[in-house]
Amino acid sequence: MIELLDLSLLLFLAVVAVAVARFRNLFAVVIVMGFYSLVSAALFTVLDAVDVAFTEAAVGAGISTVIMLGTLLLTTSKEKPQPFRIVPLVVVLATGGMLIFATFDMPAYGDPDAPIHQHVAPRYIHESAQEIGVPNLVTAVLASYRGYDTLGETTVILTAGIGVLLMLGHARRSENAGGDADGDGEDA
Amino acid sequence: MNHQIILRVIAKMFIPFILLFALYVQFHGDFGPGGGFQAGVIFAAAFVLYGLVFGVAAARRIAPTRVLQACAALGVLLYCGTGVAGILLGGTFLDYGVLDSHDPVHGQHLGILLVELGVGTTVAAVMISTFLCFAGRKPS
Repeated sequence: MIELLDLSLLLFLAVVAVAVARFRNLFAVVIVMGFYSLVSAALFTVLDAVDVAFTEAAVGAGISTVIMLGTLLLTTSKEKPQPFRIVPLVVVLATGGMLIFATFDMPAYGDPDAPIHQHVAPRYIHESAQEIGVPNLVTAVLASYRGYDTLGETTVILTAGIGVLLMLGHARRSENAGGDADGDGEDA
Repeated sequence: MNHQIILRVIAKMFIPFILLFALYVQFHGDFGPGGGFQAGVIFAAAFVLYGLVFGVAAARRIAPTRVLQACAALGVLLYCGTGVAGILLGGTFLDYGVLDSHDPVHGQHLGILLVELGVGTTVAAVMISTFLCFAGRKPS
């Protein structure tokens, strides 16, 4: 039963990916990309990665769809027809083929003897209840054991926000020069 | 979208629940799925919905750019501050165990709570200001 669910979700994902590549109407592409994120979130839930599914649904299907729609409003929602080119197709097929070839050497999904489950994971699983005392292991790893990583990620988000504000926030201000000199965007 | 009465009423009904759910995800992240990042995005989604239905100008009034910028920086500051507090109390950077002198596990709880709050604040502020930046520009 669960295999059937996995299979149909993965098939859905593939169909949606092909649809995104084929569509020329960018409005449709953005909506279908949101759908792609939603299917990914369902897939993560099936894989018991609820925290990742949560993020994917909120960011991929939610916020980024809205921001992409906003971008379409500012640019255009029609993709220019592209001539068929053979080199990119060969590159994509070769890379995909190599990736699929590489998966043959990977341990089976959920294999307890896989290297990733041998190094620090047992320590997190056995000791975190005493050391951190937080029932959600993901939170214990993210916020405490890997606190540096999360600090870095938060800084990346702040830096990205500063970048967006510098590029888009500033241009908007100079367009309305005089009307909104203090830059708090009251006239937007 | 000012003439869409159904959208306006439904959005008004939903926004408090979205905000409440974001706070639940934020402070319940130790026990269930979720945490600062997810909570920040959900919190921002409420503002995005408000901006979509009631207009960007209205959204900017309740979330002024300066407040958003301050919040984005404050979140990272709170995160780093929690780490530095660990050093000042005799531990290492981002070692929450020393935050409570009696019980290291309680210190860990406190540290995770503060750090997640920092992440949530930064993520929410950055997401809202990114949305307002995109939506606030006039099509050229």
